[in-house]
Formats: sequence, C-alpha cells, structure tokens
Amino acid sequence: MNAPLAVSATEPVISARDLDLVFQTADAPVHALSDIDLTIRKGEFVSLIGPSGCGKTTLLRVIADLEQPTGGTISVNGMTPEKAREARAYGYVFQASALFPWRTIAKNIALPLEVMGIDKAERDRRVEKNLALVDLKGFGKKFPWQLSGGMQQRASIARALAVQPDMLLMDEPFGALDEIVRDHLNEQLLKLWARTKKTVVFVTHSIPEAVFLSTRIVVMSPRPGRIHEIIDCDLGDDRPLDIRETPEFLAIAQRVRDGLRAGHAYDE
Amino acid sequence: MASSRELATPGGGSGFWPIFRSLRSALTSRALPVVAVLLGILAIWYLGAVWLNAPFAYDVAARSDTELSFAELLSQTMSQQRPVLPAPHQVAAEMWKTVVEIAPTSKRSLLYHSGVTLSSTLLGFVLGTTLGVVLAIGIVHSRVLDRSLMPWIITSQTIPILAIAPMIIVIFASQGITGLLPKAFISMYLSFFPVAVGMVKGLRSPDAMHLDLMRTYNSSRLQTLLKLRLPAAMPFLFASMKVGVAISLVGAIIGELPTGAVAGLGARLLAGSYYGQTVQIWSALMTAALLAAVLVILIDIASRAVTSRMGVR
Repeated sequence: MNAPLAVSATEPVISARDLDLVFQTADAPVHALSDIDLTIRKGEFVSLIGPSGCGKTTLLRVIADLEQPTGGTISVNGMTPEKAREARAYGYVFQASALFPWRTIAKNIALPLEVMGIDKAERDRRVEKNLALVDLKGFGKKFPWQLSGGMQQRASIARALAVQPDMLLMDEPFGALDEIVRDHLNEQLLKLWARTKKTVVFVTHSIPEAVFLSTRIVVMSPRPGRIHEIIDCDLGDDRPLDIRETPEFLAIAQRVRDGLRAGHAYDE
Repeated sequence: MASSRELATPGGGSGFWPIFRSLRSALTSRALPVVAVLLGILAIWYLGAVWLNAPFAYDVAARSDTELSFAELLSQTMSQQRPVLPAPHQVAAEMWKTVVEIAPTSKRSLLYHSGVTLSSTLLGFVLGTTLGVVLAIGIVHSRVLDRSLMPWIITSQTIPILAIAPMIIVIFASQGITGLLPKAFISMYLSFFPVAVGMVKGLRSPDAMHLDLMRTYNSSRLQTLLKLRLPAAMPFLFASMKVGVAISLVGAIIGELPTGAVAGLGARLLAGSYYGQTVQIWSALMTAALLAAVLVILIDIASRAVTSRMGVR
C-alpha cells in the first residue's frame, strides 16, 4: 500500500486509555471492557489471553473499529480506529477462515485488493507472493472446500497480508485446528513475524501458544472484562518448538497461569 | 508441508463436463421413479375416465334400449365427443393433431397459442424478476424501505389475481394498450413476489464474519453488494425464479381469459369451455403444464451452470 509510516521503534502503534465498552442487552447491560490501559509498540507481538467473556475479542474488535467503545480513548497509528480502518492499517484474521466459497483461493486473496481498486497485474503479483509466503504455491486455482482447515486458515492469513498492512489483528486464528496443525502454523507465523516485523495483536486462550509467540502477554479477566496483568515474554527471536520444554518457557507459562487463576478467583 | 491428506482431488473445478455428467446421472437415476409415477397417474386417469363418463354411456344405451357389455362400456367411455373426463389417449391425439399436424401459423395450432402465451410469460417473468431483485436490494439496504414496503409486498399477493386481472386489462385498454403488455404485467405482478422474498433472504444470508471482513477492507455498500451479497444470494435467486416462472405462466393464462378469447392457451381454455370441448381444454391444460415444466428445467440447467462455475461441490 503506502510507504510505511515514519514511526520509530518505540513509538506506540496502539494506545488505549481508560477504555470502556458496555453492551446494552435486553435484560442487563454487559460490561465487556472496563478501564483498559494498553500501549502496543511497533513490531511487538502481543497476545491477549483470558477465559471466555473476558473481552479479549471485543478489545481486538475495538482496535479494528468493528465495535465502538462507550468510554475512554484509543488511537491506532496516531488516528482514530475508524480513520485507521479506512486507511487499511491492519489485516484481520478471524476464528474461521471466512473465505468466500464461490471464489478460488487466488481470487479470495485478491478480494481486498479488488476492493482497494488495485490493478490486475499488481493483484496477481501480490497473490503469488503471499501464496508462497504461507506455503500454498500452486493452490491458487482450488476452491476453499478442496483444502484442509489448516490450509484454509493459511489462505486467510495470506489474504490479510495481501493488503500489506503494518499490523495483523488475529482473533484465535488457530483455535479450530488440531494440535499438530496448530503447532506447525505457530512456527510458521513466528517466522513470518520475524521476517516482516509487523505488529501483531493475537487473541488466544492457549497458554503455550501465547508464550511461544509473544513478546508480551496481556492477561485478562472477566466480568467486567479488564486487564489483570501484563507479562513480558523475552525468549528471544529464535524459538524452535522445543523451547517449550525449557525452564524459562515454563516459568513464563506458570506466571500466565497464576495470573489467569488470580483473575478468575475474583469470580468465585 | 502439504501432506497427501491435505492435497485436494483434481477435476472438481469448473467446466462443461461436470454439468454434463450430473445431467446424465440425473437422467438415469431419476428416470425410473418419474416413469413409475407417470404410469400410476395414467392408470388413475383411465379409471376416472371410465367412472365419470359411464353415466352418459348408460344413458345413451338406455335410450336406444340396448344393454352394454363391459367391453362396450370401456370403448364408449373413451371415445365420447364431449366426455366429462377425456381419456389420456384422446388428449394425446388432440395434442398431436393441434401441435404437429396443423401448421404453427394457424389459429387452430396449439403451438401458435403456446407461442403467444410464452411471449407474455417470458416478458412478465423478466420484468418480475428484475422488479423483485431491485425491491430486495432496496429493502436490504434501507430500514425505511424494509418497514414500509415489505407489508405491502405481502398484501399484494393476498388480492385474488382472478379479480384483479380483468381490471388490469381494462385499465391498460383504456390507455390504448392491449395485447402483450397487459398480460405480461399480470405475470410480473405474480412473479416478482417469490423473487423479492427469496432475494431479501438471500442478500441477508452472508454471515456476520463475512460482513465484518468487508468492513475491515473499508468496502463500500456497492462493493459489498456486488462481491458478497449477490454471489451469496444466487441459490436463493434460482430457487425463487423456478417458482416465479411457473406462476408467470399462470399469470399469462389468466391474463388471456378476459381478453375476449383472441389468442393464447388461456383463450383456448375459454373457447373450449364455451363450447363444452373438454378434449380441447384438457389438451390446452396439458400443454401449459408441459410448458411450465420445460421452463423450470431450463432455469434448473442455468442454475447448475452458474453454481458449478461458482465452485459448488
């Protein structure tokens, strides 16, 4: 898309202050987000983790301008989330691949580019590039149903990357996949992140996944959805899958687990 | 990284052959049940013809003071000039005569009358489908239209078409418009309804995730309509077009009833009923039914062609 924004490595990309979101439902208002303070800097890989109902997906949707907060402020790339969305600042990956069944894989990846009015030659170039990036070279002419779940989800990541955003917002993208495929995609995602240095905000409810991928882990707790604790996760850039057996990894995982338990104890 | 489990099967894509193959298998697997039902209907029809036409045969026999044997009864119930229920072979003979033997330009040719009815059916169907799609697009995109139009669309179909059809003909005639257009208007009046209702459902069928996805692309409403809502609505469109084309034909026939029996299958039905020509009525009825079947099959073929291009399994 455009030239990358001139932000230094420490400049915040996402900055939320006292963020509140209350859903008005038929019986009682639901406090989905309460007093969220969070700053995410360029190039970070931040995971939002917590039990269901803690507002992690809602927070991601607020960043993406798919929900509007009822209080507080939030800026994305120094603008309102709406302006950032209009500038196509991010690529969003959903829980399901959300591929259009009537489009081939290549056509699905080209969809955002068609919407943006990018010409055919450039579309084809970016489709090929991103198919290769997620290891789906040669599958462009297949329809989604001809691919496995893991391949479909990779295609949806390629679709998000085709926009060439500085930021990826991922909502439990591997939640519906089996563990072997999930491990594999985690490894690939990490490599992709190391190569492209995009800012990633990643929603998950899996502790190993969060620790394996993230530079910071935001532990959230429910009713009202709020940030319980933010844990640094400095395992370095090179993370093979068996790093999950190391004491450093297990120590961070334990801290996350404790954080989740403490946040939950509030409930009982 | 692509394991063999992940590799997809070849040849599932688009093209002509899958359609051809599915048509062929449809013929072989469906032909038998269809023929069985047809034979059943014919049997019941013959029994009905004997039963319903017997009183007249007995009457004739009584007047000439003769006794009817069973074989005579059978043959007499199936060869009357104006039977209560003509036997299938009488109808078939009449259809053969009026379709094949008489030149299609003659006013006695069923082909000629079918052509007249078909032209207003198709015009009305095209207009009705267009109107239905346009209304549905408006309703899906505007809450005001949704609230204001939908009740009237439903109300429009509660008015008996038999009552309003002559009024439509009269109003058009008062403006000097006769022939094809008033009849097509009645077809449109009937056929827009299933298309509008089906398309409202179809255009609303994309799930929230797909709509959110388009929103993250900052897609305009027009882009979302063209790239998401319309493709998602295609199965709904074809299903409602099948209903629409059949009632378009009904509309065209009804539109021909009050026009003073000039031309068309409706005129043929009316003329037949004036003169008690039940064989003529039944052959016009059968022709209309065959015509409707052909139209529905054509839409089905179009639907298969489109859905196979859209990668449906």
